[in-house]
Amino acid sequence: MPDPTPPAVTATPTVAGPELVQLLTPEGERLEHPDYAIDLTDDELFALYRDLVMVRRIDTEGFALTRQGELSLWASLQGQEAAQVGAGRALKPGDYAFPTYREHGVAYCKGVDPVTLLGLWRGVSQGGWDPHAGEFHLYTIVIGSQTLHATGFAMGIQRDGGDGACMAFFGDGASSQGDVNEAFVWASVFNAPMVFFCQNNQWAISEPLERQTRIPLYQRAQGFGFPGVRVDGNDVLAVLAVTRAALERAREGSGPTLIEAFTYRMGPHTTSDDPTRYRLSADVEAWKLKDPIERMKVYLARSGKADHDFFDQVEKEADDLAAHIRAGCLALEDPTPLSIFDNVYAEGSSLLDEERELMSSYLAGFAEGSHR
Amino acid sequence: MATVTLAKALNEGLRKTMENDPKVLVMGEDVGALGGVFRVTDGLQKDFGEDRVIDTPLAESGIIGTAVGLAIRGFRPVCEIQFDGFVFPAFDQIVSQVAKMHYRSGGHVKLPITIRIPYGGGIGAVEHHSESPESYFCHTPGLKVVTCSNPADAYWMIQQTVANDDPVVFFEPKRRYWDKADVEMTGTAPMPLWKARVARPGNDLTLIAYGPMVKVALDAAAAAAEEGKSIEVIDLRALSPIDWPVVEDSVRRTGRAVVVAEAPSYASLTSEVAARLQEKLFYSLEAPVLRVTGYNTPFPPSRVEEDYLPDLDRVLDAVDRSLEA
Ligand SMILES: Cc1ncc(C[n+]2csc(CCOP(=O)(O)OP(=O)(O)O)c2C)c(N)n1
Ligand SMILES: [Mg+2]
Repeated sequence: MPDPTPPAVTATPTVAGPELVQLLTPEGERLEHPDYAIDLTDDELFALYRDLVMVRRIDTEGFALTRQGELSLWASLQGQEAAQVGAGRALKPGDYAFPTYREHGVAYCKGVDPVTLLGLWRGVSQGGWDPHAGEFHLYTIVIGSQTLHATGFAMGIQRDGGDGACMAFFGDGASSQGDVNEAFVWASVFNAPMVFFCQNNQWAISEPLERQTRIPLYQRAQGFGFPGVRVDGNDVLAVLAVTRAALERAREGSGPTLIEAFTYRMGPHTTSDDPTRYRLSADVEAWKLKDPIERMKVYLARSGKADHDFFDQVEKEADDLAAHIRAGCLALEDPTPLSIFDNVYAEGSSLLDEERELMSSYLAGFAEGSHR
Repeated sequence: MATVTLAKALNEGLRKTMENDPKVLVMGEDVGALGGVFRVTDGLQKDFGEDRVIDTPLAESGIIGTAVGLAIRGFRPVCEIQFDGFVFPAFDQIVSQVAKMHYRSGGHVKLPITIRIPYGGGIGAVEHHSESPESYFCHTPGLKVVTCSNPADAYWMIQQTVANDDPVVFFEPKRRYWDKADVEMTGTAPMPLWKARVARPGNDLTLIAYGPMVKVALDAAAAAAEEGKSIEVIDLRALSPIDWPVVEDSVRRTGRAVVVAEAPSYASLTSEVAARLQEKLFYSLEAPVLRVTGYNTPFPPSRVEEDYLPDLDRVLDAVDRSLEA
């Protein structure tokens, strides 16, 4: 029998080139790219750095709160801050995002209070935020489903004369799901204003990228009839530039783009996972050298744009954000038993009215001491 | 005899079927190096190789669809669906293809596929990780459905399931994965796969449960015994088809039945049990058949799951209502 193990497709890009859009090297050196120029003011650069630090802090807090038993689970985005901030900051009002369960950084950029995200992880809600308020849909845990929702939303934009675009987030693992491939077909044939933003963090729980694909993921787009581009997912400038261009293309009616943000999941899949069972710590160490925050810091410092005061100030703001998250988490109230019947239907249901009544008198029985 | 958890018992059972039959394959997400998120397939890839223990691409429809092809080719795939809520991308393959192939082929094509699904709540998980979808599969002609409630059954039933020539959905009570018991692992299976088991004998009322709720039913029977009530507990084990003689004999004797399950009650397996008992035993019943189930809502956030899931108090409440009727 032939060797069923596909060849490695991960080894390819580490440096800028036709395969990988990069504007800031891991060493903090600024590059130019013929197709993706970006010209940011110092304040805009500072803001991006600040975002990266805040988003990492949200993640560290989420992780810590889980370890302390305040959350039941957390999906860490560590290592993917630049991918999420670059994508999140490219979105304009009017653009809508459909996340997975790991897009805490995109949520932050869309103005969603991190405390809002914690309800799901604490087990007091199943999201519960108003997606329309932040143009940021609920987290979707069923892998790949949201790519179709996003595509439908984009088809809606086409049909009601909106001028925004829609962005679907998904992972390298998700790229194997039927739903994702169907979303590619739909978006393509309807020329929907879509950006498919794939964070290739090299892992789907324990499965490496090679288990999902034999070609670089961005090249899949070609077969569906739209462009694909691979960007250094740890380079916030490149991600911002590439995503802005894709969104612009979508808004002006030129159809979908697949962006593969090449990055790495530095932490476990979730707090329940034990990555030592399936990957080498040497790989993680190698990716530490490509840290998305460090390279921005080096760039800002070396170019003389920012000094110690600035970095200290950002740290302080991150401390404040952490305190806000912690206090907000502890203040999240447990749902009442009867609340499980709320919001199952928009128009209610006689079956649930009856069950609510039954539960209510059952619980009242405890209060009266008629139950043991 | 070995003291093992339910998860380990499944692991040992799978190992044995793989040793006994080279056509048995294990396939699913993260079943290889990781050993599955619950470690049910721990060590199998190391010992049987990547051809027989297959980490699949992330696509449930693909897992079941390719299992169909492998089965047509003569293999016995044991497919793992990582969590209950993730079986639905494969629902079309299971319902339209797996369930009907033998019928459509006039008996020429057998699909000895095992679909393992960890199910049920009680572990404080996020959404889609606590569901009880067994009724959908029980409702589908052409599928068989079983579930284990304890390590010994886990060890033997998984082997019997894999050996079965029909497609079987094998539900694993995930909140019981860590329960331990002494399991006799030599000899032959102590009972046929399709038999229900009287888990505790009694005379006044029959509690009918399966999977994760068997322990709750046994605890309720023990508590009721302290008040002088003699409750019989039946562990269904096979959910489709149900071993009706064992269930009916019990209820004919006790005249009272309470059916317990985590799944919502509406149009469900518990409806089926209640309807059947009423049809067959109307003149033996001393009280209406009662049900204690999850409510007819989506599985709620984990901080209220204890209020959603049937527990000792709710079962005893139903027992009292039945006995007082
Ligand atoms: C349909 C479905 N199958 C399985 C799972 C379990 N699961 C959760 S995350 C995950 C891996 C996802 O990998 P990827 O798409 O690369 O995203 P990442 O977690 O790396 O961000 C799996 C298998 C799920 N949530 N949904
Ligand atoms: Mg991934």
